[in-house]
Amino acid sequence: MRPERVVAVSFALSVLASIGLAVLYAAGGEPQLEGALLGVALGGLGLGVVVWATRLLHEDEVVEERPVLRSDAARDATEETLADEELTRRSLLVRLLVGAGASLAAALAIPALSLGPRPGQSLFRTQWTKGKRLVDVDGNAVTPDMVQAGAVQTVFPEGEVGSADAQTLLLRVDPARLQLPDGREEWAPDGVVGFSKICTHAGCPVGLYRAESHELLCPCHQSTFDVLRGAEPNFGPADRPLPQLPIQIDDEGYLVAGGDFSEPVGPGFWNLEQDEGEDEAS
Amino acid sequence: MRVLGWVDERLGVASMARKGLRKVFPDHWSFLLGEVALFCFVILVATGTFLTLFYRPDSVPVIYEGPYAPLRGQEVSAAYESVMRISFEVRSGLVMRQVHHWAALVFIAAIVVHAMRIFFTGAFRKPRELNWMIGVALLLLSLGMGFTGYSLPDDLLSGTGLRIAYSVLISVPLVGPYLAFLAFGGEFPTEGIISRLFVMHVMLLPGLIIALIGAHLAILARQKHAQFPGGRADQRNVVGKPFWPGQVFKSVGLLLITGSVLSFMGGLIQINPVWDYGPFDPTVVSAPAQPDWYIGWLEGALRLFPPLDISIFGILIPSPFIPGVVMPGVAFGLMAVWPFVEARLTGDRDEHHLLNRPRDVPVRTGIGVAAFLFFLILTLAGGNDVMAIMFDVQIEAVTNVLRLAVFLVPALGGLIAHRMAVQLQGTGLGPGPPRTVRLRRNPRGGFDDHP
Repeated sequence: MRPERVVAVSFALSVLASIGLAVLYAAGGEPQLEGALLGVALGGLGLGVVVWATRLLHEDEVVEERPVLRSDAARDATEETLADEELTRRSLLVRLLVGAGASLAAALAIPALSLGPRPGQSLFRTQWTKGKRLVDVDGNAVTPDMVQAGAVQTVFPEGEVGSADAQTLLLRVDPARLQLPDGREEWAPDGVVGFSKICTHAGCPVGLYRAESHELLCPCHQSTFDVLRGAEPNFGPADRPLPQLPIQIDDEGYLVAGGDFSEPVGPGFWNLEQDEGEDEAS
Repeated sequence: MRVLGWVDERLGVASMARKGLRKVFPDHWSFLLGEVALFCFVILVATGTFLTLFYRPDSVPVIYEGPYAPLRGQEVSAAYESVMRISFEVRSGLVMRQVHHWAALVFIAAIVVHAMRIFFTGAFRKPRELNWMIGVALLLLSLGMGFTGYSLPDDLLSGTGLRIAYSVLISVPLVGPYLAFLAFGGEFPTEGIISRLFVMHVMLLPGLIIALIGAHLAILARQKHAQFPGGRADQRNVVGKPFWPGQVFKSVGLLLITGSVLSFMGGLIQINPVWDYGPFDPTVVSAPAQPDWYIGWLEGALRLFPPLDISIFGILIPSPFIPGVVMPGVAFGLMAVWPFVEARLTGDRDEHHLLNRPRDVPVRTGIGVAAFLFFLILTLAGGNDVMAIMFDVQIEAVTNVLRLAVFLVPALGGLIAHRMAVQLQGTGLGPGPPRTVRLRRNPRGGFDDHP
């Protein structure tokens, strides 16, 4: 086909597609067709223009001289102008000017501190307190017999359903096989254990459970945690175990927390190990 | 041409315009890669403006009552609800949204390929170091644009991405918690983050990008294009076709064709179906979950890094810090100062307007290939869970293989690239510089070589 004809057909197609777009819009629209028609409208125009440029414009190669970028004379003159004696003579004032400018910049930056609160103790604490009942996503209090072996469920402190900080994984394992760290002998009545659901690596919810190997797995970066060994990491980039929630059974037979988690929950930060144990009042 | 006369009498632009129209462009396909990036940006601004008029940057909870039945009656954020409305109720909204998302992916890809062209041909050498650094800044800003835009729908997948960003920020020794609380307005998840990301995405970052694109092009116009050797090209000239009309036609054509391809993609290939992911919920996560391709390397680095929480004098350096902050900082820092590093290593401080072919500088080519492969393996590692499912192997095996590959493959690939470059130099294979001889008619009617 002669180039003129290709260009003409392309432009004509583009016009038709543009009209089609308007009609389609008026008729209620349809995403796939809209995209295709827009593609034809733009593409027809583009193809026509490119064929025009490559086949119908016969341009000769031209040579352009490259300017020399450096100009020594002008540079010297500029340096002289900048180093005005009226300025350089007063070096003390110049220094004060620079100092004042820097101070002003610092002062102007200070309102940026309004962007967020100071972390305080918030990274060290969750809403779990001694005696608080464990409730499921619907807010129902949980009893030990509701915790099935081989399954995992997410629980929250009563009144805090959906809490990002306090979300806890509740599982039942064989108490005889459970090897918790020293001092946590009373934390898992009848083999019911609770661990923070927030990964200690990058904070994702640890959403997967390999029941046959008793491993919790974080779907974000594939850290795995061994439930039987107190959620110590087995594999992946996480280096700290999931903090454990001490669990007890209250007088009415419901599961309650024996206090807050064993460590601060979630991703690591520099002073995580320096929990000063200040009260939550702050 | 009365308009030109009118403008010229007031602004005196005719001579400048004439010079501009005569500006010479070297004719090589690889010089169009940067243009593709520029045109993607144009399309991003156009589609993004449309989306801005419907999007609500607000995380206040609302009840979804739109036409998408599976979510009806569920509590979602206003931001998520507005994205659902754009997708299902605003006429042409879904196409605009999908073209916008595809354009973002192609935008960053075009920048990366453009940067690779500049690197492997040595176009960053003096006097173009500044423009190289501006280019690196543009790449970083584009990554920021991508990430902030990706997070705006407030869906489950993007919320997970934000959470990881928060965790990386909080990992910075001594200042991490303060930085994270300032950036997010408190402990993750916070209500204010969506509107902050929105301001970044539609004002601060695009403003910076537009300013830097302006500087990038102004410097290009001032210094003129570098060019491949061959023909009449030498250090002191530019050989090619004038801007008007051919180059203008070609560039406009490229803009239109870029738009055309993105329109087809936006219409026909589904992307980021936020209705499938569902609204963000801090207690839920989907698996397998992958970010957009350009963040894959960072995700992969986080996945491959060994479990190393280092404690020095009671200061904890959590394991996300090195792959999430140190590695990207070193990589992009090194990239930004590469022109000066190379000048120092080679002792070559001359001006260069003639480009190298990759084989001409085997060491640089080897280093470039190694760096590319490093990022490629990291990007693959961002999908290690997908690979485990695909090949039906344990995730641990995939991760361990990749932990080795991330060092071995770049080392081997770099050496092979170096070797190939050296060997290609000795052969006539490939598009060597065409040898041309200028002739001059002599008085006897014959031809002499003209030096």
